[in-house]
Amino acid sequence: MRNSQSLLTISIIGFGAVGQGVATIVQNVPRIKVVAIADSKGVALMPDLKDVLARKRGGQPIANSNLTALDVIRTVDHDVVVEVTPTNIHGGEPGLTHVREALKNKRCVVTSNKGPLVAAFDELTQLAHTNGVALRYEATVGGAMPIVNLIRDTLAGARVLDIRGVLNGTCNYILTRMAEEALDYDQVLSEAQDMGIAEADPTYDVAGIDTACKVIILANAFFGRNATFADVDVTGIDRITQDALQLARQRGFAVKLVGDVQELAVSPKLIPIGHPLNVSGTLNAASILTDTAGEITVAGKGAGSIETASAILSDILSLMRDRS
Amino acid sequence: MRISMDLELQDTPGQLKHVLTPISDLGGNIASIVHHHDKKTFRNTVPVSVIFDIEEQTLEELQDGLEQNGVTVVRIGKMRLRARTHILLIGHIIHTDLRDTIDEIDGTGFAEVQDLSLSMPAIDGPSSAIITIMATGDEELKKSIGILRQIAERKDLLIIEPLDERGSPGGVSNEE
Repeated sequence: MRNSQSLLTISIIGFGAVGQGVATIVQNVPRIKVVAIADSKGVALMPDLKDVLARKRGGQPIANSNLTALDVIRTVDHDVVVEVTPTNIHGGEPGLTHVREALKNKRCVVTSNKGPLVAAFDELTQLAHTNGVALRYEATVGGAMPIVNLIRDTLAGARVLDIRGVLNGTCNYILTRMAEEALDYDQVLSEAQDMGIAEADPTYDVAGIDTACKVIILANAFFGRNATFADVDVTGIDRITQDALQLARQRGFAVKLVGDVQELAVSPKLIPIGHPLNVSGTLNAASILTDTAGEITVAGKGAGSIETASAILSDILSLMRDRS
Repeated sequence: MRISMDLELQDTPGQLKHVLTPISDLGGNIASIVHHHDKKTFRNTVPVSVIFDIEEQTLEELQDGLEQNGVTVVRIGKMRLRARTHILLIGHIIHTDLRDTIDEIDGTGFAEVQDLSLSMPAIDGPSSAIITIMATGDEELKKSIGILRQIAERKDLLIIEPLDERGSPGGVSNEE
């Protein structure tokens, strides 16, 4: 890439909640220029961010060209592809092709999309390495909660032995409400759907699939496991009853959906009420066990448009630092 | 097996080795020693309580060894069930015969279900239970959790185990 004084040019591929969050916060960052935004219908080239955001919110098309997302990735000259299309756990498309093409064309990739990393982690990291560009994915795990870069950079001096975490805000919200308000699972699920915390089809979250994807990414990134979805033993939260949560509570436990990275397992666990992983509401938390630094626990907002965009921006800014 | 012993030692320097040497010679592993200097007896001896893990069949030999060293053994306590965990069960617990589930654990000889709270909201709905399992040691506790997992799979029950304590896998906590 060019010298540190020049602009960093980025494309935003995918313009849902996260893509719009990225467009919103990069407006205030000097030296970042968005050269293209792609949604499912078309591409806005050299977009005026305020205008494009307003059009999107108003349900109007944003496209001002005949290009496709892949055309942008292949032919529009820019530094970083921000891949924020929705996660597809069955093969990772269209994100996988976006990421692959970006790396082949020597563009750095910053993504919040778990699909490509779950489907082809080793291939993509190798491709990035071969082409001398970076692949950053802080936003795939824990939203705004720092974990990938925390381990890679800040904890570089320690060897990571295990990572365990409460990594899905939807599940955590449901379990917290059920326990605290003595409400049934179905009731809280409907409430979460109303609030936009759970999807209309909640399976991806409540069956533990989302947590499993995060476990795979961490296992591949830090333990070299080259794991895919079939390698993870997954139990969700959809069979948990309110009574069970009350019984656990009487003995001093909360129930949380925990992803265990070394074990490649996702399952509900009893956690002592005072334990640092016992975070409430939609919060995420992760506990990192290291050889020399002991156990370190982080907590933060695991989802949300601006929160996830903040993790993406931190990856973009670290790319800017790296080239200066 | 974990043993707790109350002993009396002469109140002169160097007595403790008369306790520690026989225990370690027989392969014992000491967990705790408390010297009750403040509770000296009228015989001018000092009470000492020591807790250690040792093979049960060496106990008699140990007692002889201690007495030959001039140590008075006041009391020997065998702490049988010292590892404990809680497990949450969800599903058709009653319909699938709860008694049978408990009997399988109790039948091992090294673990037993010590406490159970049950909640049955509706006749056809799933019920929930939390049970406390005690076992003779950490390994035995892990084995009994393994048995419970098999039962749960057979009876289609969801079991929720405690998060492992770092350094003592199995959600095990030692209790006296």
